[in-house]
Amino acid sequence: MHIVIIGNGIAGITAARHIRKLSDHKITVISGETDHFFSRTALMYIYMGHMRFEDTKPYEDWFWEKNRIELVRGFVEKVEPQSKLLHFEDGKTLAFDRLLIATGSKSNKFGWPGQDLEGVQGLYSYQDLEGMERYSPGLKRAVIVGGGLIGIEMAEMFHSRHIPVTFLVREKSFWDLVLPLEESQMINRHILENGIDLRLETELKEILPDANGKARAVVTNKGETIECGFVGLTAGVSPNVDFLKDSGIEMGRGVLVNDFLETNIPGVFAAGDCVQLQNPKHGRRPIEAVWYTGRMMGETAAHNIVRGGQSLIPYDPGTWFNSAKFFDIEYQVYGTVLANPPENHAVLYWEHSDGRRSIRLVYDRHTGGILGLNLMGVRYRQEVCVKWLESGTPIEEVLQNLGMANFDPEFYKEYENDVVALYNRQSGRNLTLKKRRGLAGALDFLRA
Amino acid sequence: MNILQKIGLALFTIALLIFLLANGLDSYRLSPENLSVKNEFHKKEILGAAQQLGMMEKTYGSSFAFNGDLKKAMHTAQQVLDEKAKQGLPEGVSEWDYRLGDWAMKDYALQTTKLSATGPVADNPLLFLLLTFGLGILGGLLYIVPKFGELPGIKNNGIYHNPMTRGLKVGLRGAFLGATILGVLVFGMFYLGGGWLWSLLTVIVGSFIAWRVLIKEKSKEEKPARSASPGITGWLGVLTGVLLIGFYVALYWAPQHITAWMHIVDPVSKMLSGNEASQWFLYGLLYTIVVMVMGIRMIAKYRHNKYQIIRTFSVMFFQTAIAFLLPEILVRLNQPYYDFKNIWPLNYSFFFDYNLDNLINSGGLGIFMLVWGIVLIVIGVPVITYFFGKRWYCSWVCGCGGLAETLGDPYRQLSDKSLRAWQYERWIIHAVLAFAVVMTLMVLYTYFTGSHNVLFISSDTVRAWYGFLISSAFAGVVGTGFYPLMGNRVWCRFGCPLAAYLGLVQKFKSRFRITVNGGQCISCGNCSTYCEMGIDVRAYAQRGQDIVRSSCVGCGVCSAVCPRGVLRLENNASDVQERANDLRVIHVKNGELEIENS
Repeated sequence: MHIVIIGNGIAGITAARHIRKLSDHKITVISGETDHFFSRTALMYIYMGHMRFEDTKPYEDWFWEKNRIELVRGFVEKVEPQSKLLHFEDGKTLAFDRLLIATGSKSNKFGWPGQDLEGVQGLYSYQDLEGMERYSPGLKRAVIVGGGLIGIEMAEMFHSRHIPVTFLVREKSFWDLVLPLEESQMINRHILENGIDLRLETELKEILPDANGKARAVVTNKGETIECGFVGLTAGVSPNVDFLKDSGIEMGRGVLVNDFLETNIPGVFAAGDCVQLQNPKHGRRPIEAVWYTGRMMGETAAHNIVRGGQSLIPYDPGTWFNSAKFFDIEYQVYGTVLANPPENHAVLYWEHSDGRRSIRLVYDRHTGGILGLNLMGVRYRQEVCVKWLESGTPIEEVLQNLGMANFDPEFYKEYENDVVALYNRQSGRNLTLKKRRGLAGALDFLRA
Repeated sequence: MNILQKIGLALFTIALLIFLLANGLDSYRLSPENLSVKNEFHKKEILGAAQQLGMMEKTYGSSFAFNGDLKKAMHTAQQVLDEKAKQGLPEGVSEWDYRLGDWAMKDYALQTTKLSATGPVADNPLLFLLLTFGLGILGGLLYIVPKFGELPGIKNNGIYHNPMTRGLKVGLRGAFLGATILGVLVFGMFYLGGGWLWSLLTVIVGSFIAWRVLIKEKSKEEKPARSASPGITGWLGVLTGVLLIGFYVALYWAPQHITAWMHIVDPVSKMLSGNEASQWFLYGLLYTIVVMVMGIRMIAKYRHNKYQIIRTFSVMFFQTAIAFLLPEILVRLNQPYYDFKNIWPLNYSFFFDYNLDNLINSGGLGIFMLVWGIVLIVIGVPVITYFFGKRWYCSWVCGCGGLAETLGDPYRQLSDKSLRAWQYERWIIHAVLAFAVVMTLMVLYTYFTGSHNVLFISSDTVRAWYGFLISSAFAGVVGTGFYPLMGNRVWCRFGCPLAAYLGLVQKFKSRFRITVNGGQCISCGNCSTYCEMGIDVRAYAQRGQDIVRSSCVGCGVCSAVCPRGVLRLENNASDVQERANDLRVIHVKNGELEIENS
């Protein structure tokens, strides 16, 4: 059987690896982007000079041949699921028995005037990185549009090369659709202390060209014109599925799949950013363009592709978690932490006096069960948090054992006592912290 | 870079230039008093030969010209003494004292050159101490201290854009390594007095290892893809590497040409131990200052990270107090020169006859030192490594580690992460350990039996070859000289026999490991890139597998540079079997509906 995977990102490659573990089928991975799998999340570090492109490849180049994973470089233009044939841009074709679509995302463009000018781009692909490199020499200022994870990455990238950045954020505060207010404001402060020209509640109206059709300036909704040689469009991403339009594969905003990541056409699966789940789990979105879900989907899809029609495994992303790093501030979230929490969400928020560290615990006001943890500048142990969340552990039990979750390096100050003290002050209770940081305690808890 | 940093860099460059030029500034003139030869027979003949060459009337402009003639004079004296010895030795004088050996000639050349120097450096050592060491430290600090003003956090910006730290193309790196190995082997033949046997044996062992790795372990088919884009070679790093290599070559094998540096540090040596500075004092002082200054840089860079700060203070303390000052003070008190933290087999001469005799004959303290050294080997290493991993030594105490973690930090990303490099590493480092053990056993056999030959091999030659090949060429020339070419732990990773010993304990009987935080890894590769030991940390992290690797020195930088908080150094072995299993982060387990959150 010949299994073809379109896309060599984390979803496609995870699937390929697991298919190889599970079976002896012929595997072909197609990519129009790069010859080999690399970590997309590390693109910024190449630009910043932390790593070379080679260093972002999780596997050495010989790995693919050794594991009999065939790599094909090219863009698929059309998919014919009925005749099980792929058409490439250059006219070639490839036949498959089972297909996995893992083509990821593309940067959003919202019809701004000038959005297709030279020097206007997003940051998603290796080619986007090349674009940033191309426009960087002599660049006087970059304007970044869209206050999310990629926008702040781009700001950090230019900042590392001492290129001034103006950062246009539509919202009242950075990423405040996701981050609660305090954390969002912490990042605002941190962006400013890094010397970025942060403009909140400011939208892009239009990008002005110069005589050569290259971006020269942006005009904001406040009527201001900002001279710049580069415009980063980082207002989110959407599934990269245009080439599937008339294929007969059922589409929403992304490739629609059932619980087993299979499309309407038997034998054709999808995984990663390009997927739109028909029945997402309660509280989860149908499209989750996150590294971690891409990896989990890739693994689930691999099992189902190999199994064919029998005893398929439903995709279950487990308890929500995510992480990021905003300049120097690390961010981790486990469970449900909402920017605009409903009435039943009670919150305990502790922030360090340096304004770069915080711990937020969200719990159910009525049952007391823990709902979510949000960490800035402090590392927590995923397995411990998830176990608490899955069993809805009462907040007071969590608090008394909170040290167990701490994953900061040795000798780092532990703040869990302060968190407990804060809770005691607010609730009039008299709890004490029973468990401090340490692997032994955490493992005892996980085994129990 | 702000203005202070630019001034600092300029001052440091000036100091470095003065330091390098210092050896060419003096002139040399031989006189009977300057001829530093205590042996009367030797002195008489060398003096005679030197007079015949007209050395006494001549002022030499360079140490090379001076040593050229001095060498001729000594060779003539050597022949004359050999001839005379054949006709009969003077009464009560042994042949060894009468004849002039090659080793004695090296020592005479160094001491005589140093004494014969006159000129700006030899006459004004204090001034040059200020102009080189003083100015260098000042410049370094001016460059480093402003870093404390930046926002705290990982600042690796531009490392791969910097001609000092971006490394070099794989081909060029291979050329450097090949030329160095060839140079060492060819020089080795002369070093051991014209014998090619030991160079040949080394080639045979090396070829065996290459065959094992490339053919037997099939690495030939698994070509590492480390060649970067064209033009990646960092010229400043290559230049620095060449300078460091040159420094070590001079230090070990041509110290008579760097006597000006010894003059410069004479005032410090006299203050500490009361003795004139040898090349080893020069090296120790320079080493200590570098560890201190670059240690401050390390603290500035990682000042948000308490583990790094404490660890850096530790290596600075052990280098300054235990490795450098304490031995000098011991000498001043007429006690044996002893570095309390240097452990056999890194301290390969610990069981040599002269050291054992020296310790045994130095009273209570000497015996304590002997016992201390053995206790460290037999009990200290396994017990402490069991509790904390090899990091307690390699990245907290050791001098080589101390230099690697301070001077070497800017180059940590240049270690080779390929599987092939790991295959080489395992063979080479354990071969060195075996060599060290065999050599030491032979030396001890000689010590206790008095017989210099073990079977048909001379233990003296074996130990001389070990000292030359492993201790000088590998640990020094390659170990430090290759910092900007192959990363800062070349010696620790591929060569150090003590690291091999510690590593065996760490691998098989230690609580130390690096734990991985569930499924948080994004495979970015920062951990692998900045692992100085060339461990592909990401390979473990991305499948949630705890890391137990014999080579890990526990520097903690993987954990520090991780942008997602995935790695943590731990001293706890519970569940390690299961958690270090290589099929760990699996979202779907055994095809069942059991889901793991990863």
